[in-house]
Amino acid sequence: MSMPIDPRSLKKRKNSEGQFKALSFMAISVAGIFLVLFFSDIIRKGYTAFQQTEIKAVITYSQTIFDNPRSALDPRINPLVSRGVTRILPMHLRENPQLLGQTEEFWVLANAEVDQYVKGKPNRLKPNEAALVDELLAEGTIKKAFNIGFFTNGDSKLAEMAGIFSAAVGTLYVLCITFIFSFPAGVMAAIYMEEFAPDNRIMQIVEVNINNLAAIPSILFGLLGLAIFINFMGLPRSSALVGGLTLALMTLPVIIISTRAAIRAIPDSIREGALALGATHWQLVWDHILPLSLPGILTGTIIGLARAIGETAPLLIIGMVAYIQDVPRGLTSSATVLPAQIYVWSSESIRAFTERTSAGIIVLLVVLLTMNAVAILLRNKYERKW
Amino acid sequence: MTTSYLTQYLLMGLLPLALFGYLIGRRKIRAQQDPAARYKTSENLFGWFAVVRMLVPAVIICAGATILDLFVDSFEVPWPMFAATALLLAAGSMWLAVRAINPRLKVRTMIEKTIIRVLLLASLISIMTTIGIVLSIVFEAVNFFRLVNFWDFLTGTTWNPDSATIDEDGRTQPLFGSVPLFAGTFMITAIAMCVAIPVGLLSAICMSEYASLPLRRIAKPALEILAGIPTVVYGFFAAITVSPLVVDLAAKVGLDASYTNALSPGLVMGIMIIPLVSSLSDDVISSVPQSLREGSLALGAYPSETIKRVVLPAALPGIISACLLAVSRAVGETMIVVMAAGLQPNLTWNFLEGMTTVNVRIVDALTGDQAFDSPETMAAFGLGFVLLMLTLCLNIISLTVIRKFRLRYE
Repeated sequence: MSMPIDPRSLKKRKNSEGQFKALSFMAISVAGIFLVLFFSDIIRKGYTAFQQTEIKAVITYSQTIFDNPRSALDPRINPLVSRGVTRILPMHLRENPQLLGQTEEFWVLANAEVDQYVKGKPNRLKPNEAALVDELLAEGTIKKAFNIGFFTNGDSKLAEMAGIFSAAVGTLYVLCITFIFSFPAGVMAAIYMEEFAPDNRIMQIVEVNINNLAAIPSILFGLLGLAIFINFMGLPRSSALVGGLTLALMTLPVIIISTRAAIRAIPDSIREGALALGATHWQLVWDHILPLSLPGILTGTIIGLARAIGETAPLLIIGMVAYIQDVPRGLTSSATVLPAQIYVWSSESIRAFTERTSAGIIVLLVVLLTMNAVAILLRNKYERKW
Repeated sequence: MTTSYLTQYLLMGLLPLALFGYLIGRRKIRAQQDPAARYKTSENLFGWFAVVRMLVPAVIICAGATILDLFVDSFEVPWPMFAATALLLAAGSMWLAVRAINPRLKVRTMIEKTIIRVLLLASLISIMTTIGIVLSIVFEAVNFFRLVNFWDFLTGTTWNPDSATIDEDGRTQPLFGSVPLFAGTFMITAIAMCVAIPVGLLSAICMSEYASLPLRRIAKPALEILAGIPTVVYGFFAAITVSPLVVDLAAKVGLDASYTNALSPGLVMGIMIIPLVSSLSDDVISSVPQSLREGSLALGAYPSETIKRVVLPAALPGIISACLLAVSRAVGETMIVVMAAGLQPNLTWNFLEGMTTVNVRIVDALTGDQAFDSPETMAAFGLGFVLLMLTLCLNIISLTVIRKFRLRYE
């Protein structure tokens, strides 16, 4: 007995199959297209910040530089030069006292508007100044050079002087604190839960709680840091210590979850073998389970730390976004971190900061992608299939 | 200055003491044992035994003093004297331990018991973190709800915490009606979900059912990169690139859009959440037993029909809980809205207008110059409380559903 099949319905089904398949491939390509758009946009906005416009000035060093640094400059280029020279020139002379009384060619920083004009970006340069810049460009006394200052300076209100150095040092401090507090505690907790914990109600609560903690909004960790570390324990506000502790609490569940997964991946035969030879439970953990699961643990830790140093919201709450120019001198002095620096620059109204922000983002993304790549390489190289 | 004192004391006092204890414990057992029957490892264990016996009372007394100092206002620990006492106690305890050393002492068992207790303490840190979050928020929120009626807070439609400072003596009640803030949060969350759920779910389906291996090799890292981009970067992108784009497009259609519209943070947040939805649904979809798929395909169904009629219904609980987690993530996301959404509370259906959200107001209140006990700062904790409860419920529901779902097919 055969059922009559309507060829139209068959065709319709086939069409809808094709549509569905196309739709699902479209969904994947959305992510790809976004990534391409996003990276090209950020790089297009930011790559110019790695170059900085400089103006050649002939400077005669005299005592007046200490009182009125601008007097040493040619009055023609004076309006084009960054206000930062009032600091740079006296500092240069103080470091090289033998220059006193001598004349030297010195490439001084152009101000942000000139810089933007030279790079062909929107600017507020007056027409006569723009003409002057064109003239100097033709003379070759204005050039674009690699922007070392971006990597060696701290934050500044002047876009042309602003750099990421203090933020990078702050990030390093915060990263160290986060690692010191979250890694041992996370691994220890995971070992306990996988190896020693009795299967009772309390451990079930702990388990649910850890999964839940991993999904709590990061801003609430900021409220915790503010209320407990700063107001209750009296640790200094906007310090790397408080930032690191707050991020450590945030990273802890990530490390615990990945460590548990790594421990669980070890086959029982290893356990049984060690126990059969008379090892105690702790010897089993210390001599076999930990070394075998270390690649997995480190991968999880690096991914957790990468997430922590990209985090901004809790650090906003505990005051790590203040205007911080200097490199933090210690764990308890005011510090800022890269994402916070990006946030501060992005809210500046001066256009020249946009490219700095994008350049900061490029640096941050390079750091984070490197960390993630290291984690993935580590996993691929050392992960054992049992 | 408790922290610096404690670190100094730990480093300067306990470390040399520990080294000394280790050496002396080992030496003691070496003297007692027959040199012919020596086990080096167990000798070291006796050294560790002395160290552990010394550290335990020192750490306990340190923790006790810190807690006393923090919780009892009137009690001020005299740190130099305390450090001396603690070190003496540690040394005394070590001396007792060394005295007790003899070959029949079961040191390994004792040490391992201590280690396991320390591990237990470490696993309780996460519980204490949750308690810390709940307490720190509830404590401040209670103060706030003493000033402002909880019901008014939840149902009021005007958010204007500044009105107290504007007119000094007239009708000076600042208004803390949180409806406009939550409306903004839900509007942006809804937009984000419209992007994240279909795209995330479909890409999970594509990855698990259609994609060839090479495509999967490219798509999976791409999604991981998407998940690894920091939120502050997404925020910058939303504010600098997407918002002007949205305004231009709206102008082309003849609509008036604000630069702080709700659409652009929503769209970018949706993109941000795609990897979360797709990886969770991928897990769920691949845990549906293969036999169900094969059964359906054997009956002549197309793959898409199998997915729509068999796989998705079977995976539904898991997918719903993935969506709930995504909502919780969107509600809690801060940087994108802080950078791309507006500051003005605005109760509207028009997502091209500027809207503010709960998280924006929290950040705004806590990064401003207000005193810590000003109503606006306390309001931030009130908002934080509602946010905590909301995300907590979403998380717990979805985590339980996922767990039950996994058990069903295991």
